[in-house]
Amino acid sequence: MLTLQCPYCGVMAEETELHAGGEAHLKRFGPGSSDEDFETYMFMRENPKGVHFERWRHVNGCGKWFHAARCTATLEVFGTYSAQVSEPPQQIKDAITAKRPGWSWRNFA
Amino acid sequence: MSEAVSALNNAYAKGAITVQEVGPQGMITLRGDLSDAAFGAAVAQVTGASVPGQRKITHAGANAVAWMSPDELLILLPYAEVGAAVSSLNAALAGTHFLAVNVSDARALFRVTGKPGPVREVIAKLAPADLSPDAFALGDIRRTRLAQVAAAFWLTQEGEANLVCFRSVARYAFDLLATSAAAGPVGFFRQG
Amino acid sequence: MSTRMATGGRLLNKGKPLRFSFNGKNFKGYEGDTLASALLANDQMLVGRSFKYHRPRGIVASGAEEPNALVGLGRDGRFEPNQRVTTTELFDGLESESQNHWPSLEFDVGVVNNYAARFLPAGFYYKTFMAPRAAWKHLFEPIVRQSAGLGKVPKDRDVDTYEHFYAFVDVLVIGGGVAGLQAAKVAATSGKKVMLIEQSAHWGGRAPVDGGEVDGKPVADWIEQTVSDLRNLPNVTLRSRCMGAGVYDHGYVLGYERLTDHAPMAAGPRHRLWRIRTGQVITATGAIERPISFAGNDIPGVMLASAVRDYLVNYGVSIGDRTVVVTNNDDAYRTAIALKQAGMIVSAILDARPTGGGALAEEARALGIRIEAGKAIAKVHGGKRVTGVSVCLHAGEGAALETIPCDAVAMSGGWSPVVHLWSHCGGKLIWDEANAMFRPDPSRPPLGADGAGYVATAGTASGAMHLADVMADAAAVAAKVAGVEADAPAVPATDEAPMMPVWLMPQGAGVKLRMKSWLDYQNDVKVSDVQLAAREGYESVEHTKRYTTLGMATDQGKLSNINGLAILSDALDQPIPMTGTTTFRPPYTPISFGAIAGAARDEIFQPLRRTPMHEWHEANGADWEPVGMWRRPFCYLRAGETTHQAVNREILQVRNSVGMLDASTLGKLIVKGPDAGKFMDLMYTNLMSTLKPGKCRYGLMCSDNGFLIDDGVVARIDEDTFLCHTTTGGADRIHAHMEEWLQTEWWDLKVYVANATEQYAQIAVVGPNARKVLEKLGGMDVSKETLPFMDWKDGTLAGMPVRVYRISFSGELSYEIAVDAGRGQELWDKIREAGAEFDIMPYGTETLHVLRAEKGFIMIGDETDGTVIPQDLGLNWAISKKKEDFIGKRAQTRSHMADPNRWKLVGLETLDGSVIPDGAYAMAEGVNANGQRNTQGRVTSTYHSPTLGKGIAMGLVLHGPDRMGEVIEFPKVDGTSVKARICDPVFYDKDGEKQNV
Repeated sequence: MLTLQCPYCGVMAEETELHAGGEAHLKRFGPGSSDEDFETYMFMRENPKGVHFERWRHVNGCGKWFHAARCTATLEVFGTYSAQVSEPPQQIKDAITAKRPGWSWRNFA
Repeated sequence: MSEAVSALNNAYAKGAITVQEVGPQGMITLRGDLSDAAFGAAVAQVTGASVPGQRKITHAGANAVAWMSPDELLILLPYAEVGAAVSSLNAALAGTHFLAVNVSDARALFRVTGKPGPVREVIAKLAPADLSPDAFALGDIRRTRLAQVAAAFWLTQEGEANLVCFRSVARYAFDLLATSAAAGPVGFFRQG
Repeated sequence: MSTRMATGGRLLNKGKPLRFSFNGKNFKGYEGDTLASALLANDQMLVGRSFKYHRPRGIVASGAEEPNALVGLGRDGRFEPNQRVTTTELFDGLESESQNHWPSLEFDVGVVNNYAARFLPAGFYYKTFMAPRAAWKHLFEPIVRQSAGLGKVPKDRDVDTYEHFYAFVDVLVIGGGVAGLQAAKVAATSGKKVMLIEQSAHWGGRAPVDGGEVDGKPVADWIEQTVSDLRNLPNVTLRSRCMGAGVYDHGYVLGYERLTDHAPMAAGPRHRLWRIRTGQVITATGAIERPISFAGNDIPGVMLASAVRDYLVNYGVSIGDRTVVVTNNDDAYRTAIALKQAGMIVSAILDARPTGGGALAEEARALGIRIEAGKAIAKVHGGKRVTGVSVCLHAGEGAALETIPCDAVAMSGGWSPVVHLWSHCGGKLIWDEANAMFRPDPSRPPLGADGAGYVATAGTASGAMHLADVMADAAAVAAKVAGVEADAPAVPATDEAPMMPVWLMPQGAGVKLRMKSWLDYQNDVKVSDVQLAAREGYESVEHTKRYTTLGMATDQGKLSNINGLAILSDALDQPIPMTGTTTFRPPYTPISFGAIAGAARDEIFQPLRRTPMHEWHEANGADWEPVGMWRRPFCYLRAGETTHQAVNREILQVRNSVGMLDASTLGKLIVKGPDAGKFMDLMYTNLMSTLKPGKCRYGLMCSDNGFLIDDGVVARIDEDTFLCHTTTGGADRIHAHMEEWLQTEWWDLKVYVANATEQYAQIAVVGPNARKVLEKLGGMDVSKETLPFMDWKDGTLAGMPVRVYRISFSGELSYEIAVDAGRGQELWDKIREAGAEFDIMPYGTETLHVLRAEKGFIMIGDETDGTVIPQDLGLNWAISKKKEDFIGKRAQTRSHMADPNRWKLVGLETLDGSVIPDGAYAMAEGVNANGQRNTQGRVTSTYHSPTLGKGIAMGLVLHGPDRMGEVIEFPKVDGTSVKARICDPVFYDKDGEKQNV
């Protein structure tokens, strides 16, 4: 059972305090978008063995959504960060590079 | 005209550790920019207490202000004063982006009293939080779950913990706390 | 026979005799005994029958690895099956019974399986029960169920209590033997929080039995001193009777503490499940001795050499007067020496090694014990008890050289480190050629949240086999883990000869011997079974395990898995490490369901949400219906009424006069901010920003995938503030939905949301006389002019501050009154008093459902199921065409969503007035590719309407709105069908005159 530090309240929260919210950094496509863009946004998900970006909510806590970068194979956590960004901050990317040189995920590397 | 009743009408479980539903307790959910000076002034004006830091609770007499999230406080004050307090918050913060809601009746408040270590253990049997004195001290508040429901708790002094949960699950929370207390101490927290 | 000796027994308090019973026979033991030692002291060697062949089985071990000696303990509410006698502490009055035999332990009919053993080889069940199919259900399963199985399932409610405890520490040491004590001692010097847990009641593990010196004093004294020192340290917690059950991700460990198993009448919980988060784990879990595979190695009286020594030294119990020791290593000589020194006869030591043992062998020889190097047991003689052994050359095929009469056989096939906890979360193993064992590979530990290893092993668990190595390893490992410097304690070195792997004895044993050489005692797996599996093509150890059931019993193969996979490796002609091990899964030994459940039983099994009027409902006939975690009255039963009659009464009362409903569970979300209107337009399909303060509007919410997820009435409180009513089940969900969009997509919007659901008790007063009731309460003007339909107002009723919404989910004149929850019951009482002259009565959820169905109002969860869009329900009027965007808008333009063939909502009235069965499908012509009848629609809500005196329903039907008047047919489970005419879903007061008065 994993633990993640909520970047909003600082609590090192175990999984039972959290709610998993699926893949992070999805770009929403609304009215007027192409069928392909909408399909990608709504249905297409990464399923990596390794570096992954996810959304979590500290539901039994401060209630805030946040992002987590972790390894799906080892459950190593590279960091957690604000939900109000559209891509991982540089320090998170650096932390991943330090552990997993040459990583890439969607458009990020 | 009769008075408002708290969720369990001050139910009481006595033992080496006492669990009591206390209240009705005035509570206001206040959302806004916690770092804003005007916001802090409004909080101070209503409560006499300052805006607490992350996961802290500040006290001023019978009033307290608890940090709930980066943009949310829980103000505690006497039940009868809530209406006026919401009005003065609304007046003081008019023109800014904020939300003040009376939640006094939406919550239940419990008090757990006894020896310091065992009081911590009553909660540590139910919440996945580190209740040890170095991790959770006077002035701290922790939001987490109590078995299967959301709750927040803080120490008012060593050997006295306050705990807040939603009103609809007050009976469940009371039974949890009373069961936990009646089962006796664990002996993990060796203070007191 | 096994017996209690006059002296010895370091764990016993002979001043405190205890009475206990086994299969109804009364026995005596002492405080400090385990049930195993006490049974053996009373010559009760035979304790059970094996699972498959019902062979007589005795105690073979002295600890958690015991495969045979499982009993039922206690009675009634304290009965528990499958308890290992070796880990059961004796207490006065203990009652136990053996398992898996009929009619009695001594005479068991099932033993016939033993003689049929050659018809029950590996994979027997798979091979035999494949066909014919029907035979499984009617023939095989009933027989297997009757003859197989271990203990009985308890019949009574468990009278004990259990609890959890969340502990956070820096270093958790699992295992309180000398390695664990040393590791804790070193780790504690760092000042970090250290916890040391030990599964048994005693500290020091095997060391006091094996002897030795640490820091210049006898190891037993060192243990006592160290425990006492650790107890005095403020940063150290010690817990005995607390087993490390499982190691999980990110430093999560379950500890299983047995608080009162040894004292059942003591107060407090029986078991406590420790939910520990730790920075580092040190497993000092020791090792388990391996049996040797020779013919008859399961006959009672054949025991692990270490167990023989334990019973002797710890409990003063001799297993037999004459013991034959059979070994492949030096440690078993300790048993021979201990027996000899205690005055017992050691008939011979059969040492499979051609060159024999080292210093311990010399010591044994000096005591006059006969030692036979290069010799082995060809077979054990005896049925329910060992009577002797045939001796042979280990290198041969088992030709008997002589028969040695004896009462006990002490065997040692070497030691296997307990690697379970290391392995639970991914720690890897390496094969140690010298000691023929798998041991942890320190370079490949389980990885924690930071990507670094968080589990280390200490002492014998690391593979250290001698006391000096054990203590040095424990000190070094703990120092590294805790980041301190530490010296290893001084321990004199020992001189032992190397062990020699013995996987089958004798080495060339023929099939007859192999068929009596047991690997897995509990599941009756023999050497020949594993070999057969290999011949039949099983190569993976995981497949072989499942095919033969090797290691699948409650002991999970602690004793003999290594023996089994060595046999498999041999049969596959590959090295043991290539075969590998099966997966080690938690818990280490079975833990009680009670511990897992903790305190969650009865009233606190799960939360029950209560409205402020819950107790009143309960006291007034509420027939409860679960709605999420809430309980809502389905109806209020009066004396002699059926629920159907009660519902009809309530419905007619509302339609004809006035009823009242506890609507407190409906969600009430407050949305406030300068961008609230904009946000509401995104959340709802409707245009909400145009709603005027003081007004209400019914709204729909969709997911971004277009499907309808919730509905409710929105009230605009002021320019910046909306109050959104949600469904009962939607309050938390929709609150979370709003927060999610605000926090993760539109964080630029200045909007705050608060869930005020439980702040208010909400009471609906519904029916033609509703206004009269409110007027009687008095305090505010509730007239049509002042408070028209779909308006709301703050005011006072019966002296209480209230907010009144003029909204209707029934088609009747209706007011929903919100009051602070703390005064909910008071308002409820006042309304009942005021309504008395109109015979006002409370109504439940079923009446609510029928009233809304008569009006054709949809219900989330009935008309919707996650695949329904508002357009399916004829709710296009509630979908704004002016808005650029709302959640779900894009999805609703997808081709499948715009498909004219989507089933659409219609009303259905049965031709015969009956009620269509819930969930029925409408049949269409022909069959689909699977030969199933084609369908053209389904029922979503169906009720008897007492108002209309007939069955009414709503359903989704292909081209439904274009087929008014057409009759379609719904099959019933009894094979008949019911015909219904497609109609307008609004059955009652189509023009809405009644609600608008």
